[in-house]
Amino acid sequence: MTALRQIAFYGKGGIGKSTTSQNTLAALVEMGQKILIVGCDPKADSTRLILNTKLQDTVLHLAAEAGSVEDLELEDVMKVGYKGIKCTEAGGPEPGVGCAGRGVITAINFLEENGAYEDVDYVSYDVLGDVVCGGFAMPIRENKAQEIYIVMSGEMMALYAANNIAKGILKYANSGGVRLGGLICNERQTDRELELAEALAAKLGCKMIHFVPRDNIVQHAELRRETVIQYAPESKQAEEYRQLAQKIHDNSGKGVIPTPITMEELEEMLMDFGIMQSEEDRLAAIEAAGA
Amino acid sequence: MPQSADKVLDHAKLFHEPEYKEMLDNKRAKYENAAPAPQVTEILDWTKSWDYREKNLARTALTINPAKACQPLGAVFAAAGYEGTMSFVHGSQGCVAYYRSHLSRHFKEPASAVSSSMTEDAAVFGGLVNMVDGLANTYALYSPKMIAVSTTCMAEVIGDDLNSFILQAKEKESVPADFDVPFAHTPAFVGSHVDGYDNMQKGILGHFWKDAKRKENTSINIIPGFDGFAVGNIRELNRMLGEMGVKATILSDVSDVYDTPSDGEFRMYDGGTKLEDAKKAVNAKATISMQEYCTKKTLALCAEVGQETAAFHYPMGIQGTDELLMKISELTGKPIPDSLTLERGRLVDAMADSQSHLHGKTYAIYGDPDFVYAMARFVMETGGEPTHCLATNGTKAWAKKMQALLDSSPFGANCQVWAGKDLWHLRSILATEPTDMLIGNSYGKYLERDLGIPLIRLTFPIFDRHHHHRFPTWGYQGGLTVLVKLLDTIFDKLDSDTGTLGETDMSFDLTR
Repeated sequence: MTALRQIAFYGKGGIGKSTTSQNTLAALVEMGQKILIVGCDPKADSTRLILNTKLQDTVLHLAAEAGSVEDLELEDVMKVGYKGIKCTEAGGPEPGVGCAGRGVITAINFLEENGAYEDVDYVSYDVLGDVVCGGFAMPIRENKAQEIYIVMSGEMMALYAANNIAKGILKYANSGGVRLGGLICNERQTDRELELAEALAAKLGCKMIHFVPRDNIVQHAELRRETVIQYAPESKQAEEYRQLAQKIHDNSGKGVIPTPITMEELEEMLMDFGIMQSEEDRLAAIEAAGA
Repeated sequence: MPQSADKVLDHAKLFHEPEYKEMLDNKRAKYENAAPAPQVTEILDWTKSWDYREKNLARTALTINPAKACQPLGAVFAAAGYEGTMSFVHGSQGCVAYYRSHLSRHFKEPASAVSSSMTEDAAVFGGLVNMVDGLANTYALYSPKMIAVSTTCMAEVIGDDLNSFILQAKEKESVPADFDVPFAHTPAFVGSHVDGYDNMQKGILGHFWKDAKRKENTSINIIPGFDGFAVGNIRELNRMLGEMGVKATILSDVSDVYDTPSDGEFRMYDGGTKLEDAKKAVNAKATISMQEYCTKKTLALCAEVGQETAAFHYPMGIQGTDELLMKISELTGKPIPDSLTLERGRLVDAMADSQSHLHGKTYAIYGDPDFVYAMARFVMETGGEPTHCLATNGTKAWAKKMQALLDSSPFGANCQVWAGKDLWHLRSILATEPTDMLIGNSYGKYLERDLGIPLIRLTFPIFDRHHHHRFPTWGYQGGLTVLVKLLDTIFDKLDSDTGTLGETDMSFDLTR
């Protein structure tokens, strides 16, 4: 058996992280890999396209019902979906209460201690938004994910979030084995998107792993609770995800320690691309428009 | 006022002086808005009924008086057994005060541990700065040979990552890069002190054994587990090993740590497993755990590095000790010497001498999973009947194991096993189905008072009786200590039951 490979997908909320990760994993499973998904988003939507169902019951939801995590069995929380991909969702509290970060820690510890990581080639974590607290950094602690893939787009806030996540990775990379695998750009059709993504990748010192073009077929598949790989295996978009999967598969051990930039540098970059004005110019423009 | 410098009244008497009585009566009548006495009695009686018991046992959302403590307590205890080791608990101060006082109140010895003193800013920004400063301070102020880091709830909720924090603290030169700082995540809201003990042992051994090239030799390791009688028990264990001519490494030896002499010198650290020995322990042929539920993960680690492992349940009484000695003999090839066989015979003889009083006595037993198992087993060996066995930190798997043990003897036929229940459950259980005796710790005194069932203190914590922990409960010699405690209680009860002058005293016998 080859050594267990652990990867994680991070990215700003709504960027298409879960969609991208599930399509990629569906392509990976075609390559004969045994995969476990650990959804770490309280929304618990990291596995629905693989399971072709509504949201699956989460570890924490089931634990709350059973009384405590100690009362759970692995079979209760693990479902098997498309081509044998094992699916779990950490789950978490409702918005406004409790601590979702702790939920991630609890769920991952439970899965590990109960043997969910045995007999798989890949563990993939799908993690919410920026690294906002220690709990959401659980997947990048020592002996967890070796490579992080940041899903982003050419939108300013997505670039900002990607940079922030790189900062989080840097914290752990210095003291452990986690590396930045690279950026995955999910096309939003913003100005000079590919170039911007490549420029950010250059700044962060990492690769732009793949540029996933926008295609409405993703929506069609998603509405059917399917990945594109399953819904339209012959489509061009399915081929894109297959390429992405191959690139990630080949990228094993090639991650880097990121070199995140400051907010100023990020803005400068956007100015260099001519899609953002300097603060002074912009204020002057606002004043002129008001006058 | 009744109190004066010339004649100082003890707390127990002071509040029964007329002045205080009047004051307290007044307070009760005017301010406490208490229910009338008959109603209090009525409710109190109802709480001892079957009706209340059923409601109580159906309780799901509340725990009252759990017979367990939290993970970091076990971690602090495990770490204390290593040479010159200071426990560093990453989290809030109050938690650490609790571990220290809990251990001090039991052992009547100072218990050292430091905290990283996390406050609100640390909760928001993470406790890295506290770790960096705290390790530096601990190293400078208390000159430990090793700092063992565990965590409180606070650090666990915000998800502080000890591995990365300790590495960063070393980079910032809080402690030298090669200084030993093993760690264990010990969330107090999961499991109990036995899991904390396990996690810390695994943390320490894992730290020492990480990059070690194992060269198997013939030595063995013994992990005692969390044990309130550790002082007496580890010494007794060493004595038995000495009789056998076996050299073993005790991994976490707290026997001298919690029993320092008064000779004018304060010892912040005393005794403990030498760090060098802990390192070399990787080469041992086998590791024996005296308490399976305290060492599940640690033994898994031992097995991973290639050692043979064996786990016992708090070897007490005849069979428990037999099994331990036979295993040690099998592993080392050293025969069990006549001296120990003789001790065994003496214990059997003592049990037989008192058989008429021991036979058929019923017991409720509570405590940690391994202890309850051992105690029930020994009680059955004496011809007693365990009737209720309760472990708040016992799992379903433990309950199954208990049942198998009870099924192995006719004396276990009437026993009920209560996994995950607390002492308030036990109160209802004993109020409706009483036993002759109760075996547990100091917290059982409330049950004793409420229900009139004599308590025998045989497990951690014992706060209200002194020095019991200095005498062993393990081995055949320990079996004698336990036997005498059971018998003393039986006879005290018999004397008090037959002590009413002219009424019951025809059985108030000089010879029993």
